Amino acid sequence: MQVVRSHRKSSPSDVVVSTLPLYRSAPPLEVRLEDFELFALDRLRVLKGISDGLSRGRKPEEMEKLAMDLLRKANMRHPQATEEVNKDIISHFVLRLVYCRTEELRKWFLSTETALFRYRFRSESSEAQRALMSEFNLPYKAVSNAEFESVKEKLGQVARSMGQSLPTADAVYYKVPFEEVPDLVAARRVFLLKGHAYVAMSQVVSLVVTQFRSHLSKALILTNRKWTSTIRDQEKDRLAPIVEALSSSYLGPDYSQPKEFGEISLKDIDQIARTSFPLCMRHLFEKLREEHHLKHGGRMQLGLFLKGVGLKLDDALAFWKAEFAQKVGAERFDKEYAYNVRHNYGREGKRTDYTPYSCQKIISSTPGVGDHHGCPYRHFSEENLRAALARMGVSSRTMEDVLDKVRNRHYQLACTLTFEAVHGSPCDTGINHPNQYFIDSQKILQSKNGSVA
Amino acid sequence: MTKEEAANGRDDMIIDGPEQANAVPDGFNANYLRIYYGKLFPHADIFKWLSYGNDGKHPACDKSYVGRREFSFTLENDIYIRFQSFNSVSEMENSIKEKCPFKIDIGPVYSVDPAKRHAYAQSGDNVFTPVERELVFDIDITDYDDVRYCCTGADVCLECWPLMTIAIKVIDTALRDDFGFNHILWAYSGRRGVHCWVCDGKARRLTNEQRAAIADYFRVYKGNENSNKKVSLPGLVLHPFLARSYTEVLKGFFEGKLLSNQNLLSSEERYEKILEMIPDASVTSELRGRWQDNKRSSMSKDDINIVRWEQLKQILQSGKQKAQGLRRCVEEIVFSYTYPRLDMEVSKHMNHLLKAPFCVHPKTGRVCVPIDPNNCDEFDPTTVPTLSQLLEELNKGGLRQDAENGWERTSLGESIAFFRSSFLQPLLKSCKEEIESSYNAKLQQSKNNTLSW
Repeated sequence: MQVVRSHRKSSPSDVVVSTLPLYRSAPPLEVRLEDFELFALDRLRVLKGISDGLSRGRKPEEMEKLAMDLLRKANMRHPQATEEVNKDIISHFVLRLVYCRTEELRKWFLSTETALFRYRFRSESSEAQRALMSEFNLPYKAVSNAEFESVKEKLGQVARSMGQSLPTADAVYYKVPFEEVPDLVAARRVFLLKGHAYVAMSQVVSLVVTQFRSHLSKALILTNRKWTSTIRDQEKDRLAPIVEALSSSYLGPDYSQPKEFGEISLKDIDQIARTSFPLCMRHLFEKLREEHHLKHGGRMQLGLFLKGVGLKLDDALAFWKAEFAQKVGAERFDKEYAYNVRHNYGREGKRTDYTPYSCQKIISSTPGVGDHHGCPYRHFSEENLRAALARMGVSSRTMEDVLDKVRNRHYQLACTLTFEAVHGSPCDTGINHPNQYFIDSQKILQSKNGSVA
Repeated sequence: MTKEEAANGRDDMIIDGPEQANAVPDGFNANYLRIYYGKLFPHADIFKWLSYGNDGKHPACDKSYVGRREFSFTLENDIYIRFQSFNSVSEMENSIKEKCPFKIDIGPVYSVDPAKRHAYAQSGDNVFTPVERELVFDIDITDYDDVRYCCTGADVCLECWPLMTIAIKVIDTALRDDFGFNHILWAYSGRRGVHCWVCDGKARRLTNEQRAAIADYFRVYKGNENSNKKVSLPGLVLHPFLARSYTEVLKGFFEGKLLSNQNLLSSEERYEKILEMIPDASVTSELRGRWQDNKRSSMSKDDINIVRWEQLKQILQSGKQKAQGLRRCVEEIVFSYTYPRLDMEVSKHMNHLLKAPFCVHPKTGRVCVPIDPNNCDEFDPTTVPTLSQLLEELNKGGLRQDAENGWERTSLGESIAFFRSSFLQPLLKSCKEEIESSYNAKLQQSKNNTLSW
């Protein structure tokens, strides 16, 4: 870490003090080695909580409360109150080192830190928000009265479409390029005119967050360069081992290589699907058997899962071909689909060994017409979910518990309950990954059988 | 999802209906195609377009620009060659003439020449990455199979094609009025849909996140095979974009055309599908009762679809239906049946491939000609020139052909003239202006710098 300047300009007129740092430059602080690691672990717990909350599809208000609880109640506390800000800043910069090193790590860190920032900003007072905004030097001016009058009707329409009251004459709006507020555009929460978005004062968080995100994104690339060019070598006996251990201590396995159960063979696959596939995969598997076809999203979700489960490339080709050939013919399979199967195993194109999808990724996917992928707990209608759970042998009492979780958008908890019901044994860690579901299921079944399948 | 796979021959991945024997009796083969590429395909125009003014004539031109664009060819035997690049129009033209691809796809502009990507791979650090790409949309009639009764799968007729026409109207208007884009190319995909290329500099430089935001802005239809609610429009009023689309395009089309064209309410099976969207048993049973009775009594000349639609509207919008959800229901039904259904993944990521305009579709033999969004009502997919027709016209032209302007004597002439005058020329003009002004800004800056030294 290099010190450029102290992270905050102190101006005497600045009465409003926010404790929300912008992490513009590394802190000029001495850090004890054990604090270096402990602070980072504490922050990781916060980020992990944020990322879980997001994957459950929590609402913004719930996320705001969650973020503040995570920060205040436990993890970011420090015995000395004045040290809390320092801990906040130090832990952030340590994790930058930890999470700068691959695309995947950067992506996770960027999205969770940005989310954390967003919810902390939202919970600040409006004076503090304005003070923070001015630190970003946003080049936007409030919309003039005359312009406001000319679009007032549309702004009112947008407000009412979100269930809000009409903007008053003294409402402050900013006019910004639509690219700066992608989240507001995506949710149709702004009025757009000729490439500009009219952002209400209550929505400026989106602007600030865009700035925060783009700054952090660039900083991570730079940190990565510094890490590979100098820090790693300089610190190879001191920080480097800690940093490397920290990144793997959290993200968990990616299930790209079947470890614990080696291979599965084609003749066992139907039986294994019945006993150990989570509902999302079981559904895809059954649809494939039934219709001899899956659309692209389904092929990816199931195909990579099977790879993680231990289906070898040759078996995978045989498996998909056996089904698709019945619908499109063997020749067309070889021509049009085999490439994609090999691609998933890293044998074509970029030759990346692709990793199976996690629950978070599956839950946030958007299956369309003709698609069967996605998370059943999120994407099925209640009626279809009930039928599917019944086929898995879930009792009607458990079913109500599962549906209750679904209604509260705890999709992974719903899946965990299903797991427990089907296997008659607890799953303490919760389900985070379809391949984890599979492995945990196999462990239980094998210990029940007392022999290795 | 891994974008690369999705990009690979995505058009082929949807299962087509049984091949129609009569689709192209003699219309498509490599020899014909060779003549087409030799005499008709507008190589120079395509290359000029993708150069975006970087033709080396201005000192501020980026000479490497067009050479970093990925082209991908699908050859006769389904051999797929990706990551090709061309530095000049003659390089491109020679390669196309030599390889005679059945399909040409256009990918993104990468950070480095895609043909040399392996040479850069050694340096690690992921330098090979997409940096620019048109904002693209892909709309496919097969995604409307649950709301059209005249055709299914890849078939399209003049009864269902208007669904594409109104998709163009809705999206084109929003791209221009809401997002402020000007250089938009619509093209027939050659068989069952339309492609849209938004080519403004601003659009080409959008990040994946911003692309996803635009795609989501357009997304109304949220259904998959396992859920029933397809369109849900919460809020007291519609967002201005949806309100405009509804009143200016969708409503009139639904009531004036689709309702009768597709006989949406004439039979029990069909009207039940619409009644399913009304979440109020008393309303649906009242309508059902009336419609079952009126089977006998309806001897009037009025279209039964329209009569029933008026009854449905009357009940749902009458004063006694105070419940918000029900009043919104009429709009939800209209949106379900008419609102554009985009292939989201194509628009969300930079590195999706999309078929180049003026390719010939191998199954139909039809050329992927541009569509004029201002006159899209007049576009008729069944009269788009086919390969064999063009060659015939070319033959009739006799021997007095100057090689360059073969198309002038064919029915392709109009399409190429339109491409040039309505799309290419205005586009290149604004590219030149952009290059000029960024050059001047740089000059100014360097002047200022010298002064301050």
